[in-house]
Amino acid sequence: MAKEKKTMNLNFGPQHPAAHGVLRLILELDGELVEKVDPHIGLLHRGTEKLIEHKTYAQALPYFDRLDYVAPMNQEHAFALATEKLLDIQIPIRAQYLRVIFCEIGRILSHLLNITTQALDVGALTPSLWGFEERETLMTFYERASGSRLHANYFRTGGVHQDVPNNLLVDIGKFCETFPKIIDDLENLLTDNRIFKQRNVQIGIVTKEEALAHSFSGVMLRGSGVAWDLRKSQPYECYKDLDFKVPVGKNGDCYDRYLCRVEEMRESVKIIKQCLKKIPTGPIKTVDGKISPPTRDQLKESMEALIHHFKLFTEGYRVPEGKVYTAVEAPKGEFGVYLISDGSSKPYRCKIRAPGFSHLQAMDYLLKGHMLADVPAVLGSLDIVFGEVDR
Amino acid sequence: MKLTDLNKLINSELTTKIKNTNIENNELSIDVKVENLYQVILFLKTDENCKFKQLIDIAAADYPDEEYRFEICYLFLSHENNLRIKIIINLNLDEKIPSITKLYPSANWMEREVFDMYGIKFKNHPDLRRILTDYGFDGHPLRKDFPLTGFNEVRYSEKDKKVIYEKVKLEQDYRKFDFDSPWEGTKYIDEIKNKGKQDG
Repeated sequence: MAKEKKTMNLNFGPQHPAAHGVLRLILELDGELVEKVDPHIGLLHRGTEKLIEHKTYAQALPYFDRLDYVAPMNQEHAFALATEKLLDIQIPIRAQYLRVIFCEIGRILSHLLNITTQALDVGALTPSLWGFEERETLMTFYERASGSRLHANYFRTGGVHQDVPNNLLVDIGKFCETFPKIIDDLENLLTDNRIFKQRNVQIGIVTKEEALAHSFSGVMLRGSGVAWDLRKSQPYECYKDLDFKVPVGKNGDCYDRYLCRVEEMRESVKIIKQCLKKIPTGPIKTVDGKISPPTRDQLKESMEALIHHFKLFTEGYRVPEGKVYTAVEAPKGEFGVYLISDGSSKPYRCKIRAPGFSHLQAMDYLLKGHMLADVPAVLGSLDIVFGEVDR
Repeated sequence: MKLTDLNKLINSELTTKIKNTNIENNELSIDVKVENLYQVILFLKTDENCKFKQLIDIAAADYPDEEYRFEICYLFLSHENNLRIKIIINLNLDEKIPSITKLYPSANWMEREVFDMYGIKFKNHPDLRRILTDYGFDGHPLRKDFPLTGFNEVRYSEKDKKVIYEKVKLEQDYRKFDFDSPWEGTKYIDEIKNKGKQDG
């Protein structure tokens, strides 16, 4: 007589330290083997897209910091690019370099968090302690430029909010000299670590074809051997003047994705160094008074500046009618904004394309046939942040 | 292949199935009728010259005053050609759209999101449930007639020892200011109303 197959349903989360936020998974288990995964998301849904429809373009920008709060400025970048595309304006060169510098800092911030917490999920505590110290340094750079460690609101339409203070670029340069040593230290702890490898090698394998079909982007795609990076293939800002490599994995498993992220941090350091060398002096936002607000000095002296200031902070600037999609290579993958403008000073519709949404969706495909203990390992390597998944 | 070449190719191969194509802001978009949607997407995915193998996103928008209330935009990316394309369909609430989950597995959650946010239904979708909103949520929040503040709010009730739902009660109503000021002359407002278009 054939034995009747019995599966067990297990509820994982929504409050679980390995869930990287508020994720609820309904797991169907056959013994310790995962048969089906049904992720329940939306527990952090704040209605960002709805809120943006009721705010002016300038007011909508800070919401992007709150999506992927691990690398805030990368998100702002996508929205700023979308509005700039509709307004058809070019931003000054110095602003482009500043944006790239802070985007790469954001990439390091995100990868540091992901690598170390992934290690934490599979049992290694030390990397996270070391990584967070560096993250703190990087967030101090954010703070010195924008005034806040996380919710920067630094990239504005037409450039960046203000020029960086004295010595900040020098200090970032110093950091770039010491940081590769920290990456080496982290790698010493993890890359050849037997336990780390046992938990990650050959786990959560994604083939090239499947990665494309599941709308993977960023490291999830590159880990599977697709050499695709928006900074290279559809360059924005000054990325085409910078020399960097795109690390690509071979096997598409969790371990390869980890290696990709480590290499990307090294490349980011390279990019920042080049930017620091090349960055010119000059204006940091467009001089068009109808878009970027006047400085405090101008406010005291010029009536026109005062009127502009008043109009920009009440009504806001009007954006020509149109529909655009812009995407940036955020640390987690392709972060895009599909913006519909009806010609008023508020976006008619702003669809946010978060990379994590597609990645998390593939949980069922990734985990089928894996052991229960692999759930956190795979989840860790997906690099999920719920701010952007739930929006 | 360039965007203009792609535009030509699509116009010659799909003449009967598409309404029109246009290139704006350096992006190609195709208007398609709902009944031809599946065929067009199938062509874009499988054709040797197109190879739009990745679905980036599905974005809907609500236009309550238009003839067709909803507009859905499918965004595709072709890695081989390094091109993006938008497919736009217009529909009313009673129409059902064919699901493309068979072609692109990632469409599953994206369609669920459109359903959740706008109440648009998809034919042959394997699992059309709400995704982002609360369990037992009523209404479709991204529709223009859904108020920003919503209908219900939740709080923990000390008396019942559980989280309870209540009608939204605000000390101060959501304030919406009309900034269409006459600073730039009365023509200003008329121009916007007539043209709906104004440069930055």
